[in-house]
Amino acid sequence: MSDARLPIPGPDAGDLHFFAPWQAKAFALTVHLHEKGAFSWTEWAEALSERIGSDRPAPDAQSPQAHAEAYWRDWLDALLGLVQVKGLAEAALIEEAARTWQRAAEATPHGTPIAYEAGLEH
Amino acid sequence: MPHDHSHDDLHGHPHDDHSHLDDETARVMALEKLLADKGLIDPGALDVILDTYETRVGPRNGARVVARAWTDPDFAQALRDDATAAIHGMGFAGRQGEHLTAVFNTPQDHNMVVCTLCSCYPWSVLGLPPTWYKSAPYRARAVSDPRGVLAEFGVTLPEGTAIRVWDSTAEMRYLVIPMRPEGTEGFSEDQLADLVSRDSMIGTALATTPATGEAA
Repeated sequence: MSDARLPIPGPDAGDLHFFAPWQAKAFALTVHLHEKGAFSWTEWAEALSERIGSDRPAPDAQSPQAHAEAYWRDWLDALLGLVQVKGLAEAALIEEAARTWQRAAEATPHGTPIAYEAGLEH
Repeated sequence: MPHDHSHDDLHGHPHDDHSHLDDETARVMALEKLLADKGLIDPGALDVILDTYETRVGPRNGARVVARAWTDPDFAQALRDDATAAIHGMGFAGRQGEHLTAVFNTPQDHNMVVCTLCSCYPWSVLGLPPTWYKSAPYRARAVSDPRGVLAEFGVTLPEGTAIRVWDSTAEMRYLVIPMRPEGTEGFSEDQLADLVSRDSMIGTALATTPATGEAA
């Protein structure tokens, strides 16, 4: 766990939960998969605790954004790990699809919708 | 997104500006696509979930529970006996099958809630947790230095008041029932609910006193 003297970020940060769309999407995917019966909430909490309790350093920055980003990255890693354990999606396939999305983005002019197919290698 | 123009110039496309996806965004999009292709998720449901948690479920629910506990002794007793059932009875049902415990502040005891392991939180009555609740410093210091944490939130308790810290789990979440402020005799439940902030139900604030508008 972190240094006990670290200040708590932004007690007045208000009600902003997500600082980037991927954070909201990762959250919604988790809740949805749970509601579909893919895993119990206890299983999810265990997976998340494992990530958060791992040796990843706490963010140096005190901003709520930095803390939120570290938290949601742990959340996403926990979700990717759990879908793998549950046999819902293979890690290698996820990474391959992620690279495909990135290639598709590179091939797409700014301001144009990104099509997955644009990133497929021929 | 602005690009390095010297790099672009080298390739002869000084104005070519393509899109870029960071790793997290790409991974989430990849996961969503794979799960949708397998028919394991309904992409439309994701927006409904976000809408629910961002706009429909929030600390107003918890404030109504607290206001009712302040005005209705039978309900307060029911909350003590079985908070899960009492709160479900008001229409606020958790979606993770969790149990709820209501912990009542008194002049002797102040209650404060944390999840030391991750971020378990009573979503059905408080909505989604604030960033500070999920942060490593709060999770560590709420246990080791609760009085210091309260001071950071601007709360100073009387010397004789003990602090009880409750550690949430996936199965058990806690709702703090703050003390009813003085000078609120005759207030309606709606008026009382306006005095109950989210933080007062986590235990990092007190209910607002109506006379001054400041925390009591």
